[in-house]
Amino acid sequence: MQKSIGLAAAVERIPDGASVMIGGFMGIGSPHRLIGELVRQGRKDLTVIANDTARPGFGIGRLIDVKAVKRLVASHIGTNPETQRQLIAGEMAVELCPQGTLAERIRAAGYGLGGVLTPTGVGTVVAEDEREIEVDGKKFLLALPLAADFALIAGHRADYYGNLDYALTARNFNPLMAMAGATVIAEAAEIVPVGVIPPDEVVTPAVLVDYLVARENSDGR
Amino acid sequence: MDAKEVIARRIALELKSGNLVNLGIGMPTLVANYLPAGIQVFFQAENGLIGMQPLPEAGLVDDYLADAGGSFIGAVPGACSFDSCFSFGLIRGGHLDITVLGCLQVDEQGLIANWTIPGKMVPGMGGAMDLVTGTKRVIVAMTHTVKGQPKILKKCNLPLTSVRPASLIVTELAVLKPTAEGLVLLERAPGVTVEEIVAATEAALIVPPDVPEMQLAA
Repeated sequence: MQKSIGLAAAVERIPDGASVMIGGFMGIGSPHRLIGELVRQGRKDLTVIANDTARPGFGIGRLIDVKAVKRLVASHIGTNPETQRQLIAGEMAVELCPQGTLAERIRAAGYGLGGVLTPTGVGTVVAEDEREIEVDGKKFLLALPLAADFALIAGHRADYYGNLDYALTARNFNPLMAMAGATVIAEAAEIVPVGVIPPDEVVTPAVLVDYLVARENSDGR
Repeated sequence: MDAKEVIARRIALELKSGNLVNLGIGMPTLVANYLPAGIQVFFQAENGLIGMQPLPEAGLVDDYLADAGGSFIGAVPGACSFDSCFSFGLIRGGHLDITVLGCLQVDEQGLIANWTIPGKMVPGMGGAMDLVTGTKRVIVAMTHTVKGQPKILKKCNLPLTSVRPASLIVTELAVLKPTAEGLVLLERAPGVTVEEIVAATEAALIVPPDVPEMQLAA
């Protein structure tokens, strides 16, 4: 069961028009090599599900720069003026979702749930297209599961099997997306022998990772 | 002392030892600078950390440690990190004691608008809706007016962040508390009169017979 795959070969598996979840928060914990390769291969018409689009020239902002994204589901685009410009110009469809709700929608898909009830957004504009459900006199919105064809995630360390751990705030959406993508492609800052990451510290088990992007040089490429 | 400093010094007095606190990006982050001596709190970064602190030195950046604005930070001893579901579980689940947020408008019921100006500014709500809906105490940190126009209105005309009202509103002129009866004027800034506050506010204020001057953290 070979887990590792070359960077180009990994991205070749992702067709134009695919839905792609991408980990990271303002680019911290984003799979920067996979993003760079999507740009290099000229992938287009992607549906991207991510917390944010970082900023021009960085993280998911690089996909926005080259107009590779047809539709975006995110919680925050305020740090990327190009994303806002494409939204206002009608060049890209953007669905904005409260951050906690976005996380729960991704979790729901990965955990096999039909949705999650959240009080966030009740009585606001985000409730307009949502179902409101009352439980014991309290109002909630039904947040529906959000899955994708691919999840592109970044771990801190990966072992030879593909078990992953994460570093500090680089964890964010990565472990959630590893459960919710039909095909999960992971890159890691370090690749270590099996056993170096103790069982208690594995956050994303190897069985969830379909492909681990190979590192061929000590400089991480 | 400028407006931001007055607001930050006043809000710093609301933090109690043991609190878990989330400071919004911008003016609210100043509150951490004025934490009174002996008060120990943990600051949350909603991207996945309890125990954030400012970067100790410019040269000590950790590529994997940033705040929700993407700025690099440090972490205190006892800090812990987690994923985004857990982070918002802390927020919605009532485990976060205080959130301090900037605002565009607040209304007579204490309802907040702070995430969008349709047609002009479409940044997305990020964590704001969860923070206002779920945190035990929501403290608004904002200037009383913008370009001479009141920001404390009878009714917000911008889209609301939540139907849950703020717990306290702190400006450079006043401290206001939303109640079922309306906005109560609790305190006035040093040297500011009740009349000046009323004149700078569109919403009706409930003014008690005695409105003390606000205390400020050193």
